[in-house]
Formats: sequence, C-alpha cells, structure tokens
Amino acid sequence: MAPAPSRPARPLASARERRAWLISASVTALLVLLIAWVAWRFLAWAVWHAVWSVPAGPDGAPNTDACRAALGEGACWAVIGEKYRFILFGFYPYAEQWRPALVVLLFIGLFAASLFRRFWHPSLFVVWAGALVFSAALMWGGFAGLPFVPADQWGGLPITLFLATVGLALAFPLAILAALARASRGLPLLKGLSILYIELIRGVPLISLLFMASVMLPLFLPPGIEIAKLLRAQIAFILFAGAYLAEVVRAGLAALPKGQYEAASALGLSYWQSMRHVILPQALRHTVPMLVNTFVGFFKDTSLVLVIGIYDVMTTARTAILEPRWQGFGIEVYLFLAVIYFAFCYSMAGASRRLESRSATPLAATEEPA
Amino acid sequence: MGRRQLIAWGWQILVCAGAAALAFLFIHDAEENLATRHIATGFHFLTQTAPIPIGETPIAYTPSVSTYGRAFLIGVLNTLKVAIPGCVVATLWGTLVGLARLSRITLLARLAAAYVQGLRNIPLLLQLFFWYGLAQVLPPPRQAFRLLPGVFLSNRGLVVPVLEGAGTLLVALLVLAAARLAAARLVPVNQRGARGAALRWGPGLVLALLALFALHPSFHLEAPQLRGFNFQGGMVLSPEYVALFTGLVLYTASYVAEIVRGGLLAIPRGQWEAGRALGFSEGEVLRLVILPQTLRIVIPPMISQYLNLVKNSSLAVAIGYQDLASITETILNQTGQAIEAIALMMAVYLGISLSVSFALNLFDARLKRERG
Amino acid sequence: MRPAQFISRLALTLGLSLGITSLGAPQPPARAAESQAASPTLAAVRSRGVLNCGVSGSVAGFSLPDSKGVMQGLDAEGCRAIAAAVLGDATKVKFVPLTTENRFTALQSGEIDVLVRETTWTLQRESSLGLLFGVVNFYDGTGFLVKKSSGVTSARDLDGATICVEPGTSTELAIADYFRANNMKYTPVEIQDVEELRRAFLSGRCDVYSTDASALAAFRYIQGEHAGDYVLLPELISKEPLAPVVRKGDDKWFDIVRWVSFIQITAEELGISSHNVDSFLTSQSPDIRRMLGVEGDLGKSLGLDNKWAYNVIKQVGNTAEVWDRTMGQLGLQRGLNNLWNHGGLLYAPPLR
Repeated sequence: MAPAPSRPARPLASARERRAWLISASVTALLVLLIAWVAWRFLAWAVWHAVWSVPAGPDGAPNTDACRAALGEGACWAVIGEKYRFILFGFYPYAEQWRPALVVLLFIGLFAASLFRRFWHPSLFVVWAGALVFSAALMWGGFAGLPFVPADQWGGLPITLFLATVGLALAFPLAILAALARASRGLPLLKGLSILYIELIRGVPLISLLFMASVMLPLFLPPGIEIAKLLRAQIAFILFAGAYLAEVVRAGLAALPKGQYEAASALGLSYWQSMRHVILPQALRHTVPMLVNTFVGFFKDTSLVLVIGIYDVMTTARTAILEPRWQGFGIEVYLFLAVIYFAFCYSMAGASRRLESRSATPLAATEEPA
Repeated sequence: MGRRQLIAWGWQILVCAGAAALAFLFIHDAEENLATRHIATGFHFLTQTAPIPIGETPIAYTPSVSTYGRAFLIGVLNTLKVAIPGCVVATLWGTLVGLARLSRITLLARLAAAYVQGLRNIPLLLQLFFWYGLAQVLPPPRQAFRLLPGVFLSNRGLVVPVLEGAGTLLVALLVLAAARLAAARLVPVNQRGARGAALRWGPGLVLALLALFALHPSFHLEAPQLRGFNFQGGMVLSPEYVALFTGLVLYTASYVAEIVRGGLLAIPRGQWEAGRALGFSEGEVLRLVILPQTLRIVIPPMISQYLNLVKNSSLAVAIGYQDLASITETILNQTGQAIEAIALMMAVYLGISLSVSFALNLFDARLKRERG
Repeated sequence: MRPAQFISRLALTLGLSLGITSLGAPQPPARAAESQAASPTLAAVRSRGVLNCGVSGSVAGFSLPDSKGVMQGLDAEGCRAIAAAVLGDATKVKFVPLTTENRFTALQSGEIDVLVRETTWTLQRESSLGLLFGVVNFYDGTGFLVKKSSGVTSARDLDGATICVEPGTSTELAIADYFRANNMKYTPVEIQDVEELRRAFLSGRCDVYSTDASALAAFRYIQGEHAGDYVLLPELISKEPLAPVVRKGDDKWFDIVRWVSFIQITAEELGISSHNVDSFLTSQSPDIRRMLGVEGDLGKSLGLDNKWAYNVIKQVGNTAEVWDRTMGQLGLQRGLNNLWNHGGLLYAPPLR
C-alpha cells in the first residue's frame, strides 16, 4: 500500500491539477448545455406557448378550448387564474375571503419574526397565543358586522397553517412531558409508558394514525359524543408531533453537560425549579434548529389529511381540477402548489440553517417525521 | 427517602391507572358501538373470501376466491416490493448527489444543492401526484420510449426484461454475501490485510458467478415485445409503481445526500491531506480512507431514512398503488372491521420498524466494542 | 414527588382541554321511533337553522365546488330544495363531503340529516342498513358513446361494433347481457387505464365507448369544440337508480324528503318554474292553489310552512330547470330522467 515517495512532487501536482481542471471544465460545459436545454424546454412550455387566460363562453363560463389546443405544448395558466381563490381558501364564502387572506398574512409575519433571534422573548409566546385567538375569531366572525362562518366552511391554506401551528403548540408540552419521563430515573412506570408512546407512534406511518382518527376513534367514543373530523385529525397530529418532538427534546437534554444538573441541585433547586429555570431553557435553546426542521416536516405532512378528506390546500387543489372543463391541467396546479409549499418550507429551513450555523448541532443529526 | 419514593410510586401508579381506565373505557364504548352498528369482531374475516380486485399480485390471487388474509399478505409484499429496491436505489443516488454537493466543480455542487433543497421542501405527496400525472401523459405502448434495449416506458408503465432463472442467481448472490459477512466476522478485525483481500475478491467473485450463469442454457434474458396493443413478455411495472418508486427514491435521496455530506464533512480535512501525502489519488483517498470512517457515522441516520421510506411508501394509497395501507383501507371498507384491520397494519409497520431498530442497536453495540 | 407532580399537572391540563373540545362537539338528534307527529330530524334542522347534507363533493354533475367554492350539481340542488322547503332558504345548507365508505355511517350517526350522494338504491341497503331511499333523482346506467359520423342513433344499430370498455366492471357484464339478449355481436377492447381507453376510442380503435352514462357525458363535454362530434345514445342498458337517503324511524322526515322531489316533478309537469311561479299565485286551478299554499294546509300536514312548495320552486326550480343547470351542462340527454309523459320515469302522485 505504500506509495512511491521518491517521485518529484511539483510536476505531479501540476499534472493532477491540469487533469482536474480538464474534468471540471468539461463537466461544467456539459451541465451548462443540459441546464440550457431544460430551461429552454421549460420556458417554451411555461411562457412562450402558455395560455394565460381564456375567454368566457356564451353561457358566461370560461371556454377552455384554447388550453386544450395547447395541451402538451404550452401551460394553461388560466386554470390558476380561475381557481386560485378556491385553492387558497376552499369553501370560505367568496365575498369574505379577505378574512382568511389576512390570517395567512398574519401567520407569515409571525413565522418570519419568530425565526429571528432578536425577537426571542417570552412575550413572543403571548403574541402567538393572541394571534391564534385573533385568527380563529376573524375566521369565525359573528361580531362587528362580520358574518358568522362555521369551521366546516374553512379550507385551503388557513387549514394547513392551523393544523401545523396548533399541532406544534399543543404537541410541545406533551413532548416535554414524554421526554422528561423517558429521561427520568426512578420512575420506571412512567418511563415505560413514555417509551411505549414514543416508539409506537414513531414506528407507524402517519397515514395509519389518520385512518385511526378518521374511522377508529369514533368507535371508541361513548355513543352520542362526536368530535368533528378536523379536530380528530388535529388530535392525531398532536400525538404524532409529540412523539417526534419528544426525541428532539430528549437529545437536547442529553447534550447538556452533567454539571448543569449538579449545579442546579447544588443550588438547592427542586426538580421542577431546576427544569424550569436551568435545564429546559438551555436544552431547548440548543435544539431550536432541530425543532424548526421538525416543524418543516409537519408542515409538509399536513398534506396527508387529503387521505381522510379534509380540505387543506392540497385537497382543494385536487378538487379544483375535477371540474370537467379544467380536467387535464393538473401539472399547472401542482406547480402552483409546489411554489406555495416551497416558499414556506424553504424560508423556514433557511432560517434553521442560519440558527444552526451559530450553535453546533449538525443537520445530519436532525430527523424529520415521516 | 422512603416517603419520597412512596409518593413517586403513588403518582406513577395513578397515571398508569388513569391510562388503563381510559383504555378500558375505550374498549367498553367500542364494544357497545360495534354492537349497535352490527359490525363483526375478531380476525375471522381473514379466512373469508375477498371480492376486492388487486392489480399487482406477486403471489397468485383471484378476487372472490382468495381470502382477505391473502389480500393482506399481498399488501405486505407490495410494500416490500417498493421499499427494498427503493432503499437500495435511494442510497446509490443519494450518495452520488451528496458527493456532487461536495464537488469542487461549482456548478455541479450548486445543482446538487438545488436538488436537495427543492425536493426536501415540497411535500412527498405532491411529488407523487406530479410523477403520477407525468406517468399518465406518457405515450401509449406503440410510441413507447425505448430507454435501453428491452426497457420501454409508456403509459402502461415500465416494461423490463426478465432474467429467466434470476431466482437461482439471487440465491447464489445471497449465499455469497452471507459468506462474505461471515468471513468478515470470523477474521479478527485487526487483520486488515485479510479484510482488504476479501473486499478485493468480492467483485471478482460476483463477476465470475454472473459469467457462469450467462453461459448456462437455462439462464436467458426474456425481452418484452410489442404485440397487438401491449407488450408481451418481460416484467411490467405499473405506472402507479413507477410513480411511487420514483417519488420515494428521489425524495429520500435528498435526505441521504445530506447525511452523506454531513458524514464526509465530519472527517477532519487532515485525513484527506494525509491520504494525498501518501500519494493516493482522490478516488483512492475517498475509497480507502474517508468512506470507511464515514460509514460509521452515517449508518444510524441512514437506517432511520430507510424506515422513513418504508413508512412513506404508505402514501401509495393516494395514487392507487395497492400497498399495505391501501389494501388495509379496502379491507376495512369491505368488512367494516376498522379496528382489526388498522391494528394489523400498524403491527406490520411496527414490526418492521422495531426489528430494524433492534438490528441497529446490535450494530451500534458491536461498533462500540470494536472501538473500545 | 416533584417530577411526578409536574407531569401529572401537565397531563391534567391536556386532558381537560381535550375534554372540553369533545363537549363542544355537536350531539346527534335522538333516534325517536315512537314519534308519529313530530320529526326529531326536522326539529333538529329547525333549531340548528341549517340542513346538514351529505354529498360527494368530487363528481362533476352531481356535486363539485365551482371556482367560487359553491357546490354545484344535481345532488347539491337536491339538498338546496330540502332546505328551501324546511327552512324557507335554499342557501341554509351545510354540505358535508363524504366518501363512499363513510357515507352511511355519517347518516346513521346523525352527522348528516340526509344523504344525497349518487347512491344506488338496492334491496340490501334498504333492508339491512336501516336506510330509506327517497325519490330517484338520477337514473344512471351503462350507456354508449359513438362518433356522430357513424350515423348510429340507437343501441339497436350496434350489431358488429367494436366497443372500448374497462375490464372487471359491471359495464362489461351489462354489455355482454344486452348484446346476447338482442341477438347481436360485438368485439370488446378492454383496457384497464381510463385515459388510455379514451384515447383508443378517440383514435378510432373502437366504434363505441361504454361506461356509466354520466361519465360518458362528462367525457364528451371535455372535448370542448369537438364535443359535437360525439353522440350519447339514448339507451341505458343497466339500472343504477340514484336516490336521496334518510335514516329509518323518522317517517315524517322521510315524507318531507320524498315530497320535495315530487313537488319539483309536479311543477315541471304543470309548467311552473322559478321564473313564472309568482304569476301562478293567482291561478284559479285548485291543484295549483293548494300546491303553492294559497289555500289548504298541505304544508302544515307535513309539519312545514304552507309556502314550502313555493319556496322550493322559486329558489331552486322544477326538475327541468335543475337538470339544465347541472347534467344539461355536461351535454347529457334526459332519457329516463324525463317526465313520464315525455318517455321518462319521473312521475309524481297527486298533491291532495
């Protein structure tokens, strides 16, 4: 295995460099060609041959013949123009859709603010709680001249945001509990219960939990008591998120030096006090990038409620292209949806990387729920 | 001390009793609800004949003749059929992308980064719909794309040649792999030379075996041919399978790539420099110095990605590939026995997850022993 | 002990919050078998102020949201007609999208008041599921689509035809039976994938494309400017009567659901539509006067307002108007879904 060390170093290095340069240049050239070709094909489809709007037919309904003629060669963006409000807001009354729009903007603003370290302050929780209450109130209405809109008419992006945010908010206490129980010593029963919960949930696909919430849970309730389907899905999400977050929190607890625990007990703090003031704040601070990544995972996973027929933004998009007039333009709608999801997830993941670069948790160690 | 412990136990028993009471309440309600809705209980339905049609059946199945139990088994097999090759291909492709991300060719690295970011940040379900939509606009068999000789892609799915006698070959390869593993275990770890030799012989042996089979008369390639409206011969992978497989592989690869990259970056730069100083080429340093070390770091997160792939394959339900989740749903609609069907499905997934976790723990323990 | 205390406190809070949400969930109306006079479902709908109506929400022509999120289709209009009769306002409907799997459970558990979701009326469903089927709102069945250029106008002319059909469906069996019964021959082309099957038909591989008539109509419709090149033959060769469904045990409610349908049929028969119903208020015909609530107590006898029929016709329209807005939009001919005196099966008993 020993190399020949006697060779002169200089020419070898330059020969190697030359070869490397040659490879690099040819690969780059090849890639440029490839990218140019793909970009050209895509632009031809998405821009040059695209149909941006369609005229109204004699009955007032849009006439999609132009789109149908361009099928395969040009995109039909008219389907987005026609359907974007249904995709974004579902069955929410058309004239009142400024309300969910406002809620979405509020959420975006809060997400953005929460990802900056300088806004990390206990009052942020209060702001979030207030925003959730305000959003729900605005969606419901029934005050200040706003017509009442029952929750079963909500749909689209607000449902996606609510499922993910409320899910995380309520899963968090559950996760801390489970993590503390699992990391505890001298509480074997609780530890066992927590391990059972965490491993059971993490061992099965989310879809099976949603099936449970959809068809099994109603069977387990006393006759006469019924929980709305959206709420049942939310419960499944909380249980699901709780198990994954618990492992994140546990990793944060394990990463803390033993000295912290010892110092806390040396100060004479009780278990609860040391957790509240010493251990959890540090452990959670460490795990923020991982928590954000987990949240990105949940955000994507909310799309699975399609399987049990809840009208989140994925389901509304699928419903939008069922109308015979617009059948066959699925790719355009999926691209539109992809842009929405990407915008949310990429910006959150980007913020997580920014936070991560300051702390020292490697990305590879984070685990997303599946 | 005694009093504290007593209180701790008191609380624990209280919580557990609460959980038990809740479970008891659920069971009681379920019994009552099932009775009023005339839903049968127990696993008797597994032996009843199933009227459900199934498109892809790795084992013989006839609707209204075969049982629900068999239908369920087909679900399990179909899940494995997509998950196992999926894990292999995702690993290969993900590793390539991960290496590309670290490439000194800027454009290649950027492209790989864009791939990873793009796929990680869009729900898998949406990607599956996209691939499935694409599979449906493929040309009909007569105008099928000829990807390779004998490999055709059309809106009927992917048609690939079948190796007659492939089963025997597979068994032979498995035996070889087992022997290789056993050898690696038996040879003491510090005898690097012997290990290296086994590593070098491995590919040669496989090639020799392949050549042997290629010469054998019972072993031949059955290529699909276009006859009438569709392809005859060869193996047909349905559009649903192809879409699910493509989606799962491309999505999982974006995670694998990050794990591989993380693993490589975790190796100190000095290792590369030391390797180069020894006169190894770039590829040799990677193969002989870096990869063996990286492997130890990446295996646990990789396993967790494999489990994710298995769990994610349940999204098949949305695009009509009849995997475990999909067949379970059909069964529970036909029989109304939601509790049993879902419990059975969860048990299978849980079984896969737990046994893989168990194997991983064994592996971890062994690594620790080797290091210590 | 401290940690246990902390944990149990959190567990309690969580449990409480979940408990409260379940208390806030709606209670289904009690299934009262003994009630002859009052209808528990009617009372529940009245006190709620909204009709909970189960639909599919995903089938064009039956119920599918339009671009403004408003449910459109034959089933959706059926829900609106009931709401108009019961609550006097056709917009007071909560559409509950259901799958084929959970539709009956939703009805049995009281989550919905009525199911109008292209559900086929069969003996088994009525006898063993505790359900009652109202007046058929759509007679579906296996139909035939042909190219106009072929000159075929009746299924009787199909002897020797090549037919595109999905394998393993009831369509396949129905065609075999029909051709044998009429002593005709045909060549089937069976393709699993619907898109491919349709492409085969369009490309001329088959003379005929056969499946459920409503699906054929929708397929023809999406051909856009070429829709006129295809003709849906008037014959339907298998029976798929789709009807609204209610729970057994609330006969009054069943009466209401059934007679709302009859009102719309009668209105078409008498030429009363949403546009001209006001002019009929001064009609001298005793039948029309009773129907529109100008005299008599027909509405009261059902437990409704006497203006119930007027509201249905004014706000939703007669069967012909509903058809034109829904199935008519898909280019479907009425065929069996026409009035009895126009060759169809729609026939309403007298309003007396």
